[in-house]
Amino acid sequence: MIMSVPSLSTRELTIRFGGHVAVNAVSCDFHPGELTVIVGPNGAGKTTYFNLISGQLTASSGIVTKDGTDITRLSPSARAGQGIGRAFQLTNLFPQLTVLENIRLAVQARAGQGWRMFRPVSQFRGLTEKAEHYLERTRLTALAHQTAANLPHGDQRKLEVALLMAMEPDIYMFDEPTAGMSLDHAPDVLDLIAGIKSDPTKTVLLVEHKMDVVRALADRIIVLHNGELLADGDPAEVMSSQIVRDVYLGNATEETA
Amino acid sequence: MTNQTGTRTTTGTLIVKGTVALIAALLLFAPFLFQDVRSLEVAARICIFIVLVASFDLLIGYTGIVSFAHTMFFGFGAYGAAILLKQMGPGWTPVLLGAVAGVAVSIVFAVAIGLLSLRVKAIFFAMITLAAASVVLVLASQLSHLTGGEDGITYKAPDLFKPATKLLTDADGKVLKVFGVRMNGKLAAYYFVFASCLVLFLVMLRFTVSPVGTVLKAIRENEARAEAIGYRVVAYRTFVFCLSAAIASLAGTVYAVWLKYTGPDTALSFAIMIDILLMVVIGGMGTMWGAVIGAVLLTLAQYYLRDLMGAASAALEGVPILPELTAPDRWLFWLGIIFILLVYFFPKGIAGTAMEKGARS
Repeated sequence: MIMSVPSLSTRELTIRFGGHVAVNAVSCDFHPGELTVIVGPNGAGKTTYFNLISGQLTASSGIVTKDGTDITRLSPSARAGQGIGRAFQLTNLFPQLTVLENIRLAVQARAGQGWRMFRPVSQFRGLTEKAEHYLERTRLTALAHQTAANLPHGDQRKLEVALLMAMEPDIYMFDEPTAGMSLDHAPDVLDLIAGIKSDPTKTVLLVEHKMDVVRALADRIIVLHNGELLADGDPAEVMSSQIVRDVYLGNATEETA
Repeated sequence: MTNQTGTRTTTGTLIVKGTVALIAALLLFAPFLFQDVRSLEVAARICIFIVLVASFDLLIGYTGIVSFAHTMFFGFGAYGAAILLKQMGPGWTPVLLGAVAGVAVSIVFAVAIGLLSLRVKAIFFAMITLAAASVVLVLASQLSHLTGGEDGITYKAPDLFKPATKLLTDADGKVLKVFGVRMNGKLAAYYFVFASCLVLFLVMLRFTVSPVGTVLKAIRENEARAEAIGYRVVAYRTFVFCLSAAIASLAGTVYAVWLKYTGPDTALSFAIMIDILLMVVIGGMGTMWGAVIGAVLLTLAQYYLRDLMGAASAALEGVPILPELTAPDRWLFWLGIIFILLVYFFPKGIAGTAMEKGARS
């Protein structure tokens, strides 16, 4: 298969916290139209790897590039401006604002209207309409005027995804998007991710534990273990490889012991 | 019903807005309704403090920045006008130059403090503003040839505001009275204060519902996520710190023109900072209406609680203990109790708590 130019790439990406190396020399390319699932036991460095890409943490060494441009030292807001969007594992919303206001903030950031100060936001009809569009796509319209803090957990997870979609990034990063969701809610979120995946210009990174989700969505799987890239490739191949079995089963026996 | 900005309309909201409209009407007609010098003094002080508290609320209530330097910026504006009025004599040029100079110095200080320290933790930022404010307070009392030191500066306001100025005259050439109020310079001075404060307040009100206003709330709610969706948090924080400083400085200039005296006690002391904090907490953070209610209540209490207690004490003559308890000298004790009760029953301030109450209509 001929690979297109990577939209996102990490080279020897490393971060140390004191003596502990949380992500160790991870080199990986991600391509448009491809959904990569990142798996690994707890503490493998998956979320830390995400933080290094989206800018919440800055690498000790190594580089991150977006479409060939070095973004290793940019702030999270600058990376968001470059088209890197990130949803969080722990719900990370604007709790006392309404659902509509939450989404409109993301739309407004994307539209570069965040510094307008002489007209009320209600006069920016375009922003509100776009926010309403994303509410509809995520089926949150009925909850538009509820404060985010008052939503049930499942809807907060949906809002988390809606915020990411409203940023309209090139790179979508989902960190366990269905964590803690009930079985009737999870398919909604998975459908949304599948919808994004079908756009050949978008690159999707997904941290996920549920194997049925991985099987349904993954074009490719990478395995992190103790901060290192352990395996990378076709889902079926990776999941059946001995090394992955060792990591997961080894861990499982440790946990049950 | 929900309006376009997505805020919910509650009966509490209507009551709060109605109260603010009533306060605005009372302030507008204050010279006609309360015809004595002290009342007009109180009304002018209320106008100034509404602006001062509202500008502080942009920081603490909307953005979640804790600063103790707000009186410093107020003082820059006041001293700017005071020093120039003293040096250049009465006129509009020193007032305008003083206002511009005060705003310029305030913005320089705000940018410096902001860029140096808005990246660090909130507690360090608060400490740095406290240090800056202390330094400026000491400087103001030490540079006595310029600032008049502890005594402050007394000067003349522009001619229009002199009590002897006749705005309207009757057939005999005497100052005209309308509803018993002399159309003189004092009245002009009050309406200068009222109009300036109204404009500044409306500017802030509009600002809070603009796109930038929504970003500030987002930063208050969740700084990390605001950054993650693409807002440069440090830039927004520095900006609102500058804006709030500039408005406080303008309020200082207006107050200096009104008082015709500027000294540490009227423009720079930490007592004013504490008043601002009490007003914003009593009124309710994060709503411009709270600033209005807090400023009115605390100023009225400061000026009239003693009188009220004097009357109560006299009325309770002969009853054991009670006259002692309500003696006017104990007014601070009662102010303290009222404050504790308000915080207990209105944890989000009067406006903040009231606006959550009532059926969503």
